[in-house]
Amino acid sequence: MSGPNDDSNEACPVCLRRSWLIARLAPFIQVACDNRAGRRTPELLRLSDQDLAAAVAPRRADELLTENQRLDEGHLRGTLEAADCWSCCVHGAGFPEGLEDGADAPCCLIGRGNAFPVEEVTMSGSVTVVGARRATGYGLEVARMLGSELASAGLVVVSGLALGIDGAVHRGAVERGRTLAVLAGGADRPYPATHARLYRRILESGLVISEMPPGTRPWRWGFPARNRIMAALSRMTVVVEAARRSGSLITAEMAADAGREVGAVPGPVTAGPSAGTNELIASGAALVRGGVDVVERLAGMGLSLPEQLFGPELGESERLILDAVEGGHSLVDGIAPAAGLGVARAAAGLARLEIAGYVNCSLAGEYRRTGLAAAGS
Amino acid sequence: MLAETTSFTLEGITARPVRVEVDIHRGLPSFQIVGLPDAAVREARERVRAALVNTGFEFPLRRITANLAPADLRKAGPGLDLAIATALLAAGGELPPEQLAGWALAGELALDGSVRPVRGALAMAESAREQSCRGIILPAANGPEAALAPGVEVRTIESISELRQFARGQVPGQKPEPAGQIRNHALPDLRDLRGQPSLRRAIEVAAAGGHALLMVGPPGSGKSLAARRIPSVLPPMSSDEILEVARIAGVCGAGPLRAERPFRAPHHTVSAPGLVGGGSPPRPGEITLAHRGVLFLDELCEFRRPALEALREPLESGEVTISRANGRRTLPAGFTLVAAANPCPCGRGDEDPQCECSAAAVARYRSTLSGALADRIDIIVGVAQPDPEAMAGEDGECSAAVRERVLIARERMSERLGSGRPNAAATRAEVSRFEVEPEARHLLIEAARSQKLSGRSHDRALRLARTLADLDGSGPVREEHLAGALQLRRRSGS
Repeated sequence: MSGPNDDSNEACPVCLRRSWLIARLAPFIQVACDNRAGRRTPELLRLSDQDLAAAVAPRRADELLTENQRLDEGHLRGTLEAADCWSCCVHGAGFPEGLEDGADAPCCLIGRGNAFPVEEVTMSGSVTVVGARRATGYGLEVARMLGSELASAGLVVVSGLALGIDGAVHRGAVERGRTLAVLAGGADRPYPATHARLYRRILESGLVISEMPPGTRPWRWGFPARNRIMAALSRMTVVVEAARRSGSLITAEMAADAGREVGAVPGPVTAGPSAGTNELIASGAALVRGGVDVVERLAGMGLSLPEQLFGPELGESERLILDAVEGGHSLVDGIAPAAGLGVARAAAGLARLEIAGYVNCSLAGEYRRTGLAAAGS
Repeated sequence: MLAETTSFTLEGITARPVRVEVDIHRGLPSFQIVGLPDAAVREARERVRAALVNTGFEFPLRRITANLAPADLRKAGPGLDLAIATALLAAGGELPPEQLAGWALAGELALDGSVRPVRGALAMAESAREQSCRGIILPAANGPEAALAPGVEVRTIESISELRQFARGQVPGQKPEPAGQIRNHALPDLRDLRGQPSLRRAIEVAAAGGHALLMVGPPGSGKSLAARRIPSVLPPMSSDEILEVARIAGVCGAGPLRAERPFRAPHHTVSAPGLVGGGSPPRPGEITLAHRGVLFLDELCEFRRPALEALREPLESGEVTISRANGRRTLPAGFTLVAAANPCPCGRGDEDPQCECSAAAVARYRSTLSGALADRIDIIVGVAQPDPEAMAGEDGECSAAVRERVLIARERMSERLGSGRPNAAATRAEVSRFEVEPEARHLLIEAARSQKLSGRSHDRALRLARTLADLDGSGPVREEHLAGALQLRRRSGS
């Protein structure tokens, strides 16, 4: 069938109708949220059907509620099937652990992808990585590295498919393991459109979920609402790059409010795009320099560093070159003297290290260490 | 009376022969030029009339018709003035036609009768030889260029009045001296590049194998300085190559004659036709002017995309074909591409904490570097601000020493591929015959797997490795050469 769950795991009609009601009320919620801080939305969604309708559409509340009640269960399930989606709810089996207890959490999820059942997204078995849409090259690189390291450590990597950091996280993760994208609109609508290909790749080996029914367009208020789901799903939320007033910081705040851990990747103290993450660290968030830091933080939950994080054996000169790169040299002209080698030998060694995955190189010829640990170190 | 002379009109970079026939008949005084002339040729009437009258010749007050054959070839430019005037003098009985027979003429006339230089004198002289002319008469200023052509008699004149020599049974004009050898005098030397060992290495490899080179680094790090010094380490041109380059430069009117390799640095606002040639009739572009030399594209990311895309065919084949409604021209374009780019729009680069260019802005900026053109660039070298100690220190190695090694490597390539062909020009079949040690093969397979090399990248890595081996004096391509080549070609991380 179309879902990873048995038919008995499908969402109950009440929860499905709730999802459809939120989509029906979406334009009213948008009006209610306009000109107000975005973080209000999740609180709105705590309200019961009646209260929510009365709060955002007082004049048409009764009409909309009646219309919602009349929705035929068979029609709803048919819509899901037509969109190749599955559903699950808090009342049935197969609901993700992180959403079961949260006051803010949605009661119903609609998703696509059959790579693994969504109930395997446990709090300790997943990690949320988010960050700015306007990211720098540094941020994208770290995001990709984190995605791939955490996925190869066996964690489900949760992010939001947005431009910038989110996309890089997913890209890193799909190559190595499992990833989950939480969308603000319907799970069958890749958003942003430029990530349509990434969306399809995620569906091959991961999941895409949303609290909205299929076909719903993403509303502006839907993004902070989506953030609360990401924050609740995992035990730890890592922010890769965020300026001082960034939506990612709201996600981090929601995670902290929900009793989850918050980690942040540091950046240069002079860099605007890292001001928010640096501030998170200053106010007590865990310092994340790579996948190892996250795994160690979650180590109490029985995780260990997987074998893939160790690269192949190194020769003598490669070892010297790697030391030079780790010592802060990034260009061949600096690495060669630091390793005590000629330029030609250093260049050849760097090529071998790059092929083995120990370093990578920017267009400007700057070599940087990847998260791959050297064998025997 | 009827008389005829031979002249030339330029098409692409060749000089096509034109028969100039002048007929003088009784009738109302008039002067017509027929045979597909352009505006400059049609205006020859006024110049010819004034020049003849002002030098004391008689201008016949009769019906004059000048026909330019073949009639379907477009005639352009003022170079036909002299031939029309001479045919007119012969038809009018002022010069003996039998003395003129077999002489080709080209030159623009001034109103006082003096003769002004034309473009493409060398191409015309060579064309005159192919037409089995007795010789060619050209303006004095074109003498040194035309005299480079072997096997044809060149005479130069200052004024049309000198043609009276024909009437005395003599050949008019002077025999010019060929353009002197001015090799390497003015070329900037590589010793000015201090420090920067990996950039020096990249330049040496690019020069030895004829590989395309891209330098990426912040402004002021010495990219342009290095690029201008590349011609000084390239091997000297053969005499045939000198002729070829001089012919192109002459046709395009591109500055004084030089015996060293051309260095062209078009501004980044250049249009696609300006870069690869075009227009109607098609004219050569910068890449043809850079034939046998260096085409330097500074600020590569600022160039227009269509212009850069148009470089793909010439980079592969060494020539460019321009198709227009009225015909196709294939022009030579065997240049070494040298390009420079900043790492990001602000120029500081990712590593600099002051760079706040967003990834999207950097991606847009670098989009010109992605795809097909980038695949044809063999060497990418990162250039950093030079080390202050090195800047204050001694001069670097001079061009002559580097060129010595380049020449030795080129000799090895010539033995393998035939004369004058560097490794970058090796065909796919020749690449597959390169001797490669098993460890090197293994590394290439690993790299292809982890970096997803395209088939072209694969061959290009082997060509580059072959050049490293040739510089090293090694027979087979060893593992360290291939690793070095992969480092120079690197494509990951962006």
